[in-house]
Amino acid sequence: MIKGLALLAACFLLGMWCGAILGTWLGIDANVGGVGFAMVFLLLSKEYVTNKGWWNGEFGFGLEFWNKLYIPIVIAMSASLNVKSAVSSGVLALLAGTLPVLLAFGVVKILLKQVNPEK
Amino acid sequence: MKELEVILDKNGLIVAFLFVGLLTWATDVFSKKALNGRIPGSALAIGLALVLGYFGGLFGEGEQGLADLSYFKGLSTLGGSMFRDFAIVATATGASFVLIRKSGMLGLVSLALGIGLFFAFGVAIGWLMGYRDAVSLCTIGAGACTYIVGPITGGALGASSEIIALSIGTGVVKAIAVTMLTPVLAKWIGLNSPAAAMAYGGIMGTTSGVAAGLAATDPSLVPYGAVTATFYTGLGCLICPSLFYLILSTILG
Repeated sequence: MIKGLALLAACFLLGMWCGAILGTWLGIDANVGGVGFAMVFLLLSKEYVTNKGWWNGEFGFGLEFWNKLYIPIVIAMSASLNVKSAVSSGVLALLAGTLPVLLAFGVVKILLKQVNPEK
Repeated sequence: MKELEVILDKNGLIVAFLFVGLLTWATDVFSKKALNGRIPGSALAIGLALVLGYFGGLFGEGEQGLADLSYFKGLSTLGGSMFRDFAIVATATGASFVLIRKSGMLGLVSLALGIGLFFAFGVAIGWLMGYRDAVSLCTIGAGACTYIVGPITGGALGASSEIIALSIGTGVVKAIAVTMLTPVLAKWIGLNSPAAAMAYGGIMGTTSGVAAGLAATDPSLVPYGAVTATFYTGLGCLICPSLFYLILSTILG
């Protein structure tokens, strides 16, 4: 179990590091795609570990646990968002926060139609 | 009772586990028994959590929703960016590298499209509401991207704290709107494949909204949406205070 968790931690830290380096390199004070890099590292190491036959049991459980914990974390995140100030921060915030989202759903629909014309 | 209060106060994260567990259990039962599973339990739990976050902010008078109430302070740890990002990375074990690489181009296109769209729309609404200076408009447009891009852009351009607060508010409204609308509109937009989730993640961008929205729609799509959304905030922080600001200040003279 702990081996999987350690592997996840290693990929996470390595990915975040890459994101931070990319951020510095681009001259901005933000992490650029750290999570994305970490996911790629994890996918590559999963391949390696599976080929070695260590995935089931040894590594799998530690990763599966955090994979499953994801939704509870999102629920906790939703409960700790500053909903009140968002709702009361005025008409501008409400409009600029919702109208583009509606439009964006339309854009996603059109974009997906372009990509999958058969559907 | 005093002993229990001390225990609850000292073990915030554990209390958060219990709270989220009970909430999930209750919404699962409600979803199955009362709604015949038409709305997934996790979607109900996320929606209910947002409502509770509102009341938490109402009574706690802080910035972290329900986590402002001392017994629930562990929620801000469990739902903080460290655990959130760590768990998002863990969801990658269910993703296929081949599929991600195959849709990489679609992801890139949707990222550029998404940042441009939200920024332009945010600026337009700011303009309609009476803002005319490039710094304020740029900060509001950046806030329409995510609640992290807004304050970073505003800080870089020297916007007033009132405008920065407004941009954060805009970004949080966006995250909530994406969370609530995704499960409702998923079918209509055709959000049913890894490639679709990558395009969706790139256009919506807000990691919290995309993560929560996909979790409520189809958890197996989460890694694909997250892998593009995670680049959105970084790219937004790069483009908004530089390229977009230059364009905006040129247009405004």
